Amino acid sequence: MTGYRWDFTSVFDNWQALANGFLATVQLFAVCAVLGLGAGLVVALLRRSRNAGVRWIAVGFIEFFRNTPVLVQILWFYFALPILLPVSISPFSAAVLGISLNSAAYSAEIYRAGIQSIEPAQWEAARALGMSLAQGLRRIILPQAFRRILPALTNRGIEIFKMTTLASVVAYAEMIHQGKLIASLNFNPLETYLVIAVIFFAFLYPLVLGTYALERRLARSDMP
Amino acid sequence: MSVPVLALESLGKRFGQTEVFSGVDLQVARGDRIAILGASGSGKSTLLRCINFLERPDAGRVVFDGKAVGGTSAGGMVYRDSELNRLRQRVGMVFQQFNLFPHMTVIGNVMEGLLTVKRLAAREALQRAMIELARVGLSDKANAYPARLSGGQKQRVAIARALAMDPDILLFDEPTSALDPALVGEVLAVIKALAEEGRTMLIVTHEIGFAYHTASRVLFLAEGGIYEQGSPDAVLKAPQKPLTQAFLARHHEFAF
Amino acid sequence: MYSWNFSPVLDNIGMLLAGLGNTLTLTAAALACGLPVGLALAAARLTGRAVLSVPAGIIIEVFRTTPPLVQLFWFYFGLPIILNVEMTPFLAALLTFCIQSGAFFAEIFRAGIVSIEQGQREAGRAIGMTSTQCFWRIILPQAVKRMFPALMERSIELMKTTTLVATISYADLLYQANELAQKTFRPLEVLTAAALMYFAVISLLSLMASRLERRFALSGDMAVRS
Repeated sequence: MTGYRWDFTSVFDNWQALANGFLATVQLFAVCAVLGLGAGLVVALLRRSRNAGVRWIAVGFIEFFRNTPVLVQILWFYFALPILLPVSISPFSAAVLGISLNSAAYSAEIYRAGIQSIEPAQWEAARALGMSLAQGLRRIILPQAFRRILPALTNRGIEIFKMTTLASVVAYAEMIHQGKLIASLNFNPLETYLVIAVIFFAFLYPLVLGTYALERRLARSDMP
Repeated sequence: MSVPVLALESLGKRFGQTEVFSGVDLQVARGDRIAILGASGSGKSTLLRCINFLERPDAGRVVFDGKAVGGTSAGGMVYRDSELNRLRQRVGMVFQQFNLFPHMTVIGNVMEGLLTVKRLAAREALQRAMIELARVGLSDKANAYPARLSGGQKQRVAIARALAMDPDILLFDEPTSALDPALVGEVLAVIKALAEEGRTMLIVTHEIGFAYHTASRVLFLAEGGIYEQGSPDAVLKAPQKPLTQAFLARHHEFAF
Repeated sequence: MYSWNFSPVLDNIGMLLAGLGNTLTLTAAALACGLPVGLALAAARLTGRAVLSVPAGIIIEVFRTTPPLVQLFWFYFGLPIILNVEMTPFLAALLTFCIQSGAFFAEIFRAGIVSIEQGQREAGRAIGMTSTQCFWRIILPQAVKRMFPALMERSIELMKTTTLVATISYADLLYQANELAQKTFRPLEVLTAAALMYFAVISLLSLMASRLERRFALSGDMAVRS
């Protein structure tokens, strides 16, 4: 630390590049969060299907996308998929595919745990009224399950936000990508990456605190 | 001679290797109030739950308004979900543990079947629900959440919820067993009022005094079936068979 | 219809296996450092003394909330500038993952230790044990059983996170796969093979972890969430 002169001005001079990076990060996050958490619910419901084939596919999907690293998935979609199918995959698309499918697999397990945590008596009460399985899920089980898994889902959302940095590997212009540019032009990786870390922290930490608060509130007022 | 609203023909139920009951025959006419008594493990709740198919019988059939529920096939009876769902709209059930929906208000609970299953418009569902809620004496709690209610109040809401569907038959599965003794009375009063209206009901209960005063017929379950049945006077005051006598002797503290 | 051809992959399987070896080495090393670091941070958090618990808390929150890739880049590109040292990819990766996994482990340890009821502590003190003895003989052994699932889960996550080191040219499985893909012009087969290799290894480890969990589980006890 001694003798080194910190130079943050060169970082802040490039604030516009960083801002663009942040915007790109948020855009990627929004798309992946909606797709990932949404598809996760679909997969979780498919996993409960009475059709054994559908169940096995859902389980296979969950196992595969949870047990392979996201970066491998992103690179596969970027480099390998265009060879298999006659499509062109942009860095954004590759990142969306990789992160969303990965998040769908993780969130499917969260939804599953939530649904299973609702006591069978609630199912019985719903069925005794004449509700179909779908109606019971939609009106009685899922609303209660959702409340319980909200902390886990927001945690997953925070993870998705952090995962957007992986898109830099396929040259999507999110924050780290911009950081690399700034650092290589100004020879200040120390300051640049520190600033980026601070930006992430400043943005995410309030959400982390919110999740803790959510957990505490749920633990206190757990519905009977 | 009118068709019985419910008939059980040779009904049987097994859990794995254990047989709970078998060969159960029962005819329920409109307006019958049937109390079902028995020691724990005698299959009273299971029998009740077979009527609305929360349990599936392994043998025999359930005949509702003259029509058998389900279809026959080589492997036994087959039941379609859609048919069971429709059946359950006409058979209401009140559970021992109330099973109210905690994420809905009291009035939301009572309305839920009307909205989602009977697909009534919201305004109509609300009106009907408020009538039933008034009937059980809880209109002032309409916007409260179940967590705020006492056990007796919760059970009364559960009864309103079942009544809102306008069922042909009401099933009560030990409705007061989970209640503090002080709260039992308010629930029994509601059930008694329903009985006096002439509602068809089957009620599994330990409240022998209540059964005596309210039921039109009493069933005592033992030895894997209906061991003794008859009028309340016959079964409860002059039981003929040894197990019935032993069971009632244990509960002699109930004043008749 | 694309004609798959895995022979370039199989011909160079040694390259991929070497990468896998490096992945496992890095993961093992990071675990070996991360667990003690986590324990130390948790202990610091649990003491009443602010001079210990506040810095520990900051480290934990910062390294759990910022993306690992940012941390990796800072350690690899930035740190050498202050410290004036040569930083190899392995060293940067090790540093990053030690502290990062340590931060996550710290939270698991803390939650596990806190979850052991007061009564256990009191029972220990009542027979004359010191605080430290209580901790090592009564609290920690019970806590470890509860934390075991979360610790295993986090360790497997760590292995997946190590793929990041490919970006700083550490020759792990992903890096080797990339190199091989460029060499053979067969990214589809190579990356598919790499994905399958990761899947096989991680699934195997997960299976072993569940077996171990079942053997060490306290019946009827709730496991700690990480």
